[in-house]
Amino acid sequence: MFDERYALAFKAYPYERNADQDAATPVRHPVVVMGGGPVGIATALDLGRQNIPVVVLDDHEGVGMGSRAICFAKRSLEIADRYGCGERMVDKGVVWNIGKVFHEDRQVFEFNLLPEEGHKFPAFINMQQPYFEQFMIERAFDLQAQGAPIQIRGKNRVEGVEVKDDHVIITILTPDGPYTLEADWLIGCDGANSPLRGMLDLDFTGRVFQDNFLIADIKMINTKFPTERWFWFDPPFKSAGASTLLHKQPDDIWRVDFQIGWDIDRSEEMKEENIRARLDAFLGADVEYELVWSSIYTFQCKRMETFRKGPVIFAGDAAHQVSPFGARGANSGMQDADNLGWKLGLVVANKAPASLIDTYNDERMFGADENILNSTRSTDFITPKSDTSRLFRDAVLHLSERYEFARPLVNSGRLSLPCIYDGSPLNSADALPAGPARTRPGAPCPDAPLGEGYLLALLGDGFTVLALETDVPESLTEGGITAKAVSLSAEDDPSGQLAARYLGDTKSAVYLIRPDQHVAARMATFDEEALRAAIRRATGQEATA
Amino acid sequence: MSTLNLTANIDRPDDFYADLLALHEGRSKEESDAINARLVLILANHIGDRAILKQALDAAAS
Repeated sequence: MFDERYALAFKAYPYERNADQDAATPVRHPVVVMGGGPVGIATALDLGRQNIPVVVLDDHEGVGMGSRAICFAKRSLEIADRYGCGERMVDKGVVWNIGKVFHEDRQVFEFNLLPEEGHKFPAFINMQQPYFEQFMIERAFDLQAQGAPIQIRGKNRVEGVEVKDDHVIITILTPDGPYTLEADWLIGCDGANSPLRGMLDLDFTGRVFQDNFLIADIKMINTKFPTERWFWFDPPFKSAGASTLLHKQPDDIWRVDFQIGWDIDRSEEMKEENIRARLDAFLGADVEYELVWSSIYTFQCKRMETFRKGPVIFAGDAAHQVSPFGARGANSGMQDADNLGWKLGLVVANKAPASLIDTYNDERMFGADENILNSTRSTDFITPKSDTSRLFRDAVLHLSERYEFARPLVNSGRLSLPCIYDGSPLNSADALPAGPARTRPGAPCPDAPLGEGYLLALLGDGFTVLALETDVPESLTEGGITAKAVSLSAEDDPSGQLAARYLGDTKSAVYLIRPDQHVAARMATFDEEALRAAIRRATGQEATA
Repeated sequence: MSTLNLTANIDRPDDFYADLLALHEGRSKEESDAINARLVLILANHIGDRAILKQALDAAAS
């Protein structure tokens, strides 16, 4: 009765009977998360760290096999760092900066990501998704041991939901039979094929791309390949497919993606001899390797009409799905958790109205649309859908070999950057218009070095008043929300990067920073009334003007 | 002599590229070819400078 949908990379939370299964009447929990993938666990970490009780229901007992998402962006690492597990990820991950673009039989150009200096985390790391999940699950266990109210229940499969006005009744199947729970809030983090979305009969609309991609993870034997990203448009070795991507992961594993077209015989393609034939054509027959994992996937660019339906909220791939180009799947899911966590925490603690949750929908819908737009454009460049589109694509690639101007037009994936929530109802009008555009209201705070440490370590979790070159009180409490002050000046900023990112040409600045490290408001000097209004606005306590 | 700019000069290049493709969406090959020809002439007129245009013609042919 309990069929496994996938094999596990490792078992993390074996089924254990819990007290709710023996309760005479269904137990009510403030927050139940459906799905123990990266977004579900991140949501649990966020809430657990706020001391908000959270129960994660996973129909498996740990982390699924397969490298899957391999590219984790700076913002995801910063979010993980706020949760207390970012450094492990960077220690394990592979940092890369050099990319090479090939067209047909030749390299057309090489680029260096040249990440901006003065950030604790690199622009990207490559790492197999199971490690990313493992480090977050282990962090959840650490927090549990310290008393955080996080429960992760393996082999607890949601079989049915009944949505009421202010709660959800959840029927769960376990190896010991079914039981029922109630939740004030149910968070659907149950992936692209979201059973929860199906149970509620909610739409998931967008574009389906008619193409299959074959992933092969290989371990190189006696060969050193450089730590570079290779993207090949129309490789000359026909069996390598219409495009090929080579990317390094930890443990000497390389990811190779072959775009193999729409009309394929899946079981034929998955035979090791056929995968090896493609790999040999691409790598050369003399390269020895071990085939570690392979999979064939198709993709869609779709999203739900709304991410909230009463007390049910969707996050990650369950809410929106993108093509893999640009690494915008898992990375946008982490931003969902980051955005939802503090809002839900305030609402559950009765410090903000439930309407604050609607701003999760506003802000992350904006993010989802940006991600879908970017990944759709990349897909159209990689697999042109018309003759004219192909004509321009090939012209761009041709010109890019000789002329630098054409290189920004080459699109093999625009790597995920965090969303700037311009126009969010939580933003206050920019009262420091001469300040840097990158730190305007709605923007995620860029990191900056502070002698020994980094800025972001001082921000987040609660509201923060960041004062630069001006005085502010130690804390400010408005509508039950306390914002603590962080005051910094030139002597904390030996590199000058803090000033460059937060002051620009202005002399002083006061920022109100949200718990997810996004800017809510900014002004030149302490203005108590304006800050109080900004706190009310950023917590949904003041209607949009 | 003036020099053809072959360094990146288009603001938000992905948006431009998307606009360019949108121009051709749903058109026949003949229509697209005609649009491209008109576009070359319009841009050439905007540039005006014969020396620049000569360099552009050479770059396109190389």
